[in-house]
Amino acid sequence: MAKKKRTEIDENIAIQLDNVVKVYRDGRKPALNDVSLQIKKGEFVFIVGNSGSGKSTLIKLLLRELLPTEGDIYVNGTDVVHLRRGRVPRYRRSIGVVFQDFRLLKDRNVYDNVAFAQIIVQARRRDIRRNVPTILSMVGLAGKYKARPKQLSGGEQQRVAIARALVNNPPILLADEPTGNLDPTNSWEIMKLLEEINEKGTTILLVTHNKDIVNAMKKRVITMKQGVIVSDEEQGVYIDED
Amino acid sequence: MRISTFLFAIKQGFKNCVRNKLYSFVSIMTTAACLFLFGVFFAILLNVQHIVRNAQEGVCVTVFFTDEATAERKEEINSLIMNRVEVKDTYYVTADEAWAEFSQEYFGEEYVAGFTENPLEKSDNLQIYMNDVSMQSALVTYLNSLEGVRKVNESAITANMLTSMDSMVTYVAIAIIILLLVVSAFIISNTVNLGISLRREEISIMKYLGATDFFVRAPFVVEGLILGLFGSVVPLVAIYFMYGQAMDFLVDNFFSLQSMLAFMPIEEVMGLLAPISIAVGVGIGFLGSFFTVRKHLRV
Ligand SMILES: Nc1ncnc2c1ncn2[C@@H]1O[C@H](COP(=O)(O)OP(=O)(O)OP(=O)(O)O)[C@@H](O)[C@H]1O
Ligand SMILES: [Mg+2]
Repeated sequence: MAKKKRTEIDENIAIQLDNVVKVYRDGRKPALNDVSLQIKKGEFVFIVGNSGSGKSTLIKLLLRELLPTEGDIYVNGTDVVHLRRGRVPRYRRSIGVVFQDFRLLKDRNVYDNVAFAQIIVQARRRDIRRNVPTILSMVGLAGKYKARPKQLSGGEQQRVAIARALVNNPPILLADEPTGNLDPTNSWEIMKLLEEINEKGTTILLVTHNKDIVNAMKKRVITMKQGVIVSDEEQGVYIDED
Repeated sequence: MRISTFLFAIKQGFKNCVRNKLYSFVSIMTTAACLFLFGVFFAILLNVQHIVRNAQEGVCVTVFFTDEATAERKEEINSLIMNRVEVKDTYYVTADEAWAEFSQEYFGEEYVAGFTENPLEKSDNLQIYMNDVSMQSALVTYLNSLEGVRKVNESAITANMLTSMDSMVTYVAIAIIILLLVVSAFIISNTVNLGISLRREEISIMKYLGATDFFVRAPFVVEGLILGLFGSVVPLVAIYFMYGQAMDFLVDNFFSLQSMLAFMPIEEVMGLLAPISIAVGVGIGFLGSFFTVRKHLRV
């Protein structure tokens, strides 16, 4: 690869952590200890590691749900650590997020759950009426827009959550164990969907414990252990800790 | 802000109210009870003031002159009195007028016709109407000190009694009302807080999706406003229908006071009470919810 000027390199970076340390108020050991990493725009990255290794903490820092104790975080050129409070909502709109437990609104149907994300960013009504069906058919749920979350399978619920995370077109999607509650078939379908989304240009950072999927997909794998990155491989495999 | 955002906040605010029906009901009823008492005190206050004002208008000090007082001296006394701040107006009653009025009141037409001379020849007098009835005794002292004044008649109603009653009722009412308003703001705040805790999950999802503080808070503030608004309308309706009956009751049972009790018509009372009551209700709804939301909903 030809050498590029620094500014051009920065423009291609979606996520950058510089020597990030996170010590929880009541924690004795740091949850993240001097973590540095760069993720380029359009990448698909797995984060793996033992329970308690700091994966969710990393996601929370990127969402600016938490601030680091030390270090800097840049996302799409935004200095996340020094972001003014009033700017946080706008920043969060540039990131879609999906969790293990789906976090859908149980009192609303599929359509309203997805439309909710658009209402929050104050989209026009006519845009909402166009975007929501489009994204629902992309995740394969066009026929179930009237269903309530509890009438759906786990895999379907996660699709709704993905649709909600993507309906505002964020350039980055964070997923914290999105297949953690799903059986292998549903897990694979969700992964295929996420891969498609990635192929359309969305940068994806995905925390998972699913060894088979990580090994099969041949993506970049970042392995964490006790708050430190212990390996970072292109087309990596799941490293068993024993 | 888009209209759809505004509508969303209002819709969610109503949903919040419906979701915790019981608490909403309790909040509305507490606010209603407070504002009902407020309304009753307010109506009493207005009427006391109204009655005092009426009574004050009727308060009149009468000055009779000595035999030696010439027309010029009477003129002089009049202008001295007019110069005093508490005096609104004076009216000179001639001896003939005084006799006419007196005879009309106590005798019949025919009897009066039997008099060829005015028996009240020396009864010409000066009626003094006051701005400030509390100054009556000072004025009387002054009048007694004037040369040419024979006698000063004070008004039967002692003004001090009325004014002191007026201000005592005011203070007690204000103290009670403030206390009650604090109580209902507190209860609204609790209700809104309950709504917030019931919707913790939704709020956290909203934050992930990039909702602004304003967007997250607005429905809860709307909820408080709705509770306050309903809490103020209920007692207004109640007072509207009870006012006439209360007035009738007072007039029927305290017949002797009838001449003194000039009540304010309900329309006039409502004209003042309705906007104040609604503003206070909405105001405590706003304060109760706004500070709760500020404390418990940080992005
Ligand atoms: N709110 C908190 N307060 C204090 N300590 C915390 C808090 N959240 C996490 N920790 C600690 O920080 C460390 C990292 O936690 P984190 O949730 O990031 O792990 P993880 O890699 O996501 O684990 P898992 O795979 O089980 O989800 C753990 O030791 C955990 O106990
Ligand atoms: Mg975790």
